[in-house]
Amino acid sequence: MSIDFARAWEIFVENIPLFTYGIQMTLLFAVVGTICGFLIGLVIGGIRAIEINEYDSPVSQLLKRFGKLITGFYIWVFRGTPMMVQAMFLYYLLKPALSWTPLVAGLFIISINTGAYMAEIIRAGIQSVDAGQSEAAKSLGMTTGQTLISVIFPQAIKNTFPSIGNQLIVNIKDSSMLNVISVTELYFQTTSVAGSNMKYIECFLVAAVIYLFLTTISTFILNYIEKRMNTVNQSKDFCS
Amino acid sequence: METIIQVQHLKKSFKNLEVLHDVHFDIKKGEVVTIIGSSGSGKSTLLRCLNLLERLDDGQILYHGQDILDRHFDVNAYRSKVGMVFQGFNLFNNLTVLENCMIGQIKVLKRNKEEAKQMALKYLEKVGMSAFVNKSSVQLSGGQKQRVAIARALCMSPEVLLFDEPTSALDPEMVGDVLTIMQKKKKEGLTMIVVTHEMAFARDVSSRVVFMDQGVIVEEGTPEQIFEHPQEERTRTFLKRYLQNNESIQ
Repeated sequence: MSIDFARAWEIFVENIPLFTYGIQMTLLFAVVGTICGFLIGLVIGGIRAIEINEYDSPVSQLLKRFGKLITGFYIWVFRGTPMMVQAMFLYYLLKPALSWTPLVAGLFIISINTGAYMAEIIRAGIQSVDAGQSEAAKSLGMTTGQTLISVIFPQAIKNTFPSIGNQLIVNIKDSSMLNVISVTELYFQTTSVAGSNMKYIECFLVAAVIYLFLTTISTFILNYIEKRMNTVNQSKDFCS
Repeated sequence: METIIQVQHLKKSFKNLEVLHDVHFDIKKGEVVTIIGSSGSGKSTLLRCLNLLERLDDGQILYHGQDILDRHFDVNAYRSKVGMVFQGFNLFNNLTVLENCMIGQIKVLKRNKEEAKQMALKYLEKVGMSAFVNKSSVQLSGGQKQRVAIARALCMSPEVLLFDEPTSALDPEMVGDVLTIMQKKKKEGLTMIVVTHEMAFARDVSSRVVFMDQGVIVEEGTPEQIFEHPQEERTRTFLKRYLQNNESIQ
């Protein structure tokens, strides 16, 4: 067991274009997956947090139950199966109908997978906001939608920001699973390089260092945003 | 005097516990009605029913003769006319003091930002919170929060303001500030319904006092009638116990 560090550096320098492309793709999947997953999570988590009241009309009770059932099923399936399996299954299942490229399929799959986790994070965030906040909004005459957007979501997102940010870190690493549908992200590029020079240990040392670098930078950025959120008054959007 | 809100045969239960049995109650323009009674007597629930924060099980609430439970009744417009001040303040934690006072005006009354801002500044000045407009609401003390909450409600130009134990969560030295503001609003002719444990306030400020016990209105009348000549045994017992508690503290 020996690692040739000098050789690893050479491999990196020789293959900079390949690695750079891989890094770009990995970041693309991580960022798009996290943002789209977050948006999916807002909708699904919002539905999950709806309360069914006994005085609701039978129709709205039915709609709410149906919404909870569907969203519950979605979360159950996408949290309960590996993303690698989801990628293979959905990519080939929908390929005839959509004739999509691995890139598009990969972006779709990482988004929908992240969405399932985000939904649970957002739901917990919404439920962590004191009931008095929405009562106060109601007492001013605000609609449910206005209350969610102006009062509940900003607080829910702030309260759960560390968990939301964590999904970005997870996605930087887990996007490597999308190599199974030939997405040319960092892991895929590394296997190509290793396949040509047979230096698996050195190649994957390079990959590991790059992944660690990406997650470290991301962690710093997330910590910075979190700090800012706590010191500066947010939501200057509607008045100043 | 014109009747603004009329409550008829109001019933409300939580699970199997009936907290309001057949309550009748009305409020006329310019009145300040205080609702007193021991904890669990249903005072707060009655107030919350008036703003539809609680659903009634039975009975009617009429606003200028209109049934507020009617499917075609615009509940949000009604709530903007009948404001509420909470025991726990409930300022929006994600907004500044100024924004707290503007959001309802912009979103519900559709006022423009400049108009809303002027209105907010005017009422924040009236409650003595001008210096804090750009502070985040989480940075304020309880008394300051409640003053902002009152300004927030006043900015909506309400016809009636409901106060749900507005001073119960405050430090004793802050209580006076809030009560003084309410007293001023009375002089300006604002209609108010106040659930309170502040007997001195009920006696000195209200035009009518309602005593509730075990989900019913036991007795109502002028402060003099209730505090000096209570007719019902339950009212006398409550007031006596209240006075004894106060003396034992002093």
